[in-house]
Amino acid sequence: MTKRFALGIFDDEDVLLHAIDNIRAAGVKIHDVFTPFPVHGIDDALGIERSRLPIAAFFFGLCGTSFALWMQIYMLGFDWPMIIGGKPHIALPAFIPVTFELTVLFCAWGMMITFFTICGLYPRWKVPVLDVRSTDDKFVMAIDLNNGAVDMNHLRQLLRDNGASEVNEKEMTQK
Amino acid sequence: MQHVSAVREPLVTGGKTYHDVTQDVCRQVEAKPNVRWMAALSVALFLFGVFLYSVYRTLWYGIGEWGLNKTVGWAWDITNFVWWVGIGHAGTLISAVLLLFRQKWRTSINRAAEAMTIFAVICAAMFPVLHMGRPWLAFWVLPFQNTFGSLWVNFNSPLLWDVFAISTYFSVSLVFWYTGLIPDFATIRDRAKGPIARRAYALLSFGWTGSAKHWSRYETVSLILAGVSTPLVLSVHTIVSMDFATSVVPGWHTTIFPPYFVAGAIFSGFAMVLTLMLITRVVFKLEDYITLEHIALMNKIMMITGSIVGVAYITEFFIAWYSQVEFEQYAFINRATGPYWWAYWSMMTCNVITPQLVWIRKVRYSIPLTFLLSIIVNIGMWFERFVIIVTSLHRDYLPSSWAMFSPTRIDVGIYLGTIGLFFTLFLLFAKFFPVINMAEVKSVLKYGVDNGPTYVAGHDHHASVQHSATPGVPASAPVNYNKHD
Repeated sequence: MTKRFALGIFDDEDVLLHAIDNIRAAGVKIHDVFTPFPVHGIDDALGIERSRLPIAAFFFGLCGTSFALWMQIYMLGFDWPMIIGGKPHIALPAFIPVTFELTVLFCAWGMMITFFTICGLYPRWKVPVLDVRSTDDKFVMAIDLNNGAVDMNHLRQLLRDNGASEVNEKEMTQK
Repeated sequence: MQHVSAVREPLVTGGKTYHDVTQDVCRQVEAKPNVRWMAALSVALFLFGVFLYSVYRTLWYGIGEWGLNKTVGWAWDITNFVWWVGIGHAGTLISAVLLLFRQKWRTSINRAAEAMTIFAVICAAMFPVLHMGRPWLAFWVLPFQNTFGSLWVNFNSPLLWDVFAISTYFSVSLVFWYTGLIPDFATIRDRAKGPIARRAYALLSFGWTGSAKHWSRYETVSLILAGVSTPLVLSVHTIVSMDFATSVVPGWHTTIFPPYFVAGAIFSGFAMVLTLMLITRVVFKLEDYITLEHIALMNKIMMITGSIVGVAYITEFFIAWYSQVEFEQYAFINRATGPYWWAYWSMMTCNVITPQLVWIRKVRYSIPLTFLLSIIVNIGMWFERFVIIVTSLHRDYLPSSWAMFSPTRIDVGIYLGTIGLFFTLFLLFAKFFPVINMAEVKSVLKYGVDNGPTYVAGHDHHASVQHSATPGVPASAPVNYNKHD
């Protein structure tokens, strides 16, 4: 499916942040903003909700802790109990290092896999981008033109007035 | 979030714009390899060849090719292992601990430092694996249900903790490093001219577009990874120190080992970061990004951790005397005055005296002196591990079994070989990967520069915002930057 976007190109992140506020205040829905680096305050300006990833991180960590404890207690305490240095079979203090390492391991890998999955990031040969300069030095604001609610001329003026250095239109095929 | 004061020194000098950052960092990725790089790679590959030869001898003829004997059963291998793991610690410290402490200057050096971590851990892993004698059975260290019955690994052993610590450390560092690389791969992809480069970097970039939502999550993930990496890096060298501290060998059986080893690791790691950065900034013309200020800050960290290590050396001596344990006292007197006195005093000079020179401002800001200092610290920290390991072992409880250790050609070959392996990997990284984290450097570009977009092209647009005629926006609406800070 081919979609049409209006692209407002900005040169500076402070100008962009004001433009986002003003354009949203003018009742225009912003599809997405592409920036070369994380711009502080853009989440609030665009109304992006605070990520729930930290909660996921906690549970991934908890999985690691439980798995590590279960593994060590089961293996040394039940499956093949051995007397090592006269210590009890289930010597919890000695299990702390491995438990800690597996907590970190599960948390880190769990976070990465979750992050790539929810962002839809995976290795691919071709990456369609609306404006290649958005990974270099430009801040690109994309506004969806498909539902016909937005008048392009009005939008062009609005973006220009809010500091866009260029306003372009681009079609992109999306899956 | 943070208050940026105008009196701060800029982190990046030379009045760079966002585009300049991209250009400066991508230059060496896009250019053809130059003669100097090829020459350096040839030397590194030659040393790597020495490594392969020494490994071949070790595997074909066995551990007898090494200088170990019945009394000194651990020597160069474990010395080199601890040395390499320690070097790795600075990378994580810079990328994780300094991120949590919001030290913005880390942005210019974290990428290369973390690459150093990963390559150093790879080098470190070679030693215990080769010491196994039959490295193809290395997987026996993992808890898997084997064919000989369900006999499991011993979870009470610090050597096993080490397996878990080092492998977790390697894999988490790799993940953290790669996440940071994705936006920069996207930058290179979008600039790439040739179809092969574009495809390759597209593949590496995982389809990153720089969407605001992705950045928001990216920052959350970075913070969490930094949060878990910080205790991880401390735990790794703590566990390495427990390989020694949980034994009953005089000179090893000490409770100060964990903090002492962690400080030593950061100390040697920063020395290696400085060695690498001082070369990298000149070869790739990145003097505006890795400034004298960065070098001075790293020198300070080196000095502090070096002083902690110095205090630990003295504490060990004091405790040996204070404990009134004859064997403990002999171990330390033997270190300082026994047959390995030269190793002990090299360690003391390199690690305790040299870093104190950093108190002098001129030394801190001098590139040749810093370079020399970093090399001396690297040597000193190698001697530290050698002293701890060999002097404690070579004269044990039974004088009839006292022995000396001297390395063979193969020992030296494997050690030099891992240096070759390290530099081979580092040079390949420096050529094909962005050595500086472009996205993060761009985000701190305005740091210390007068607030507001005064020096970038956006200046006149900024003006147009203030005189906006847009309906619904007051014409004289003041631009409140603080709101987004």
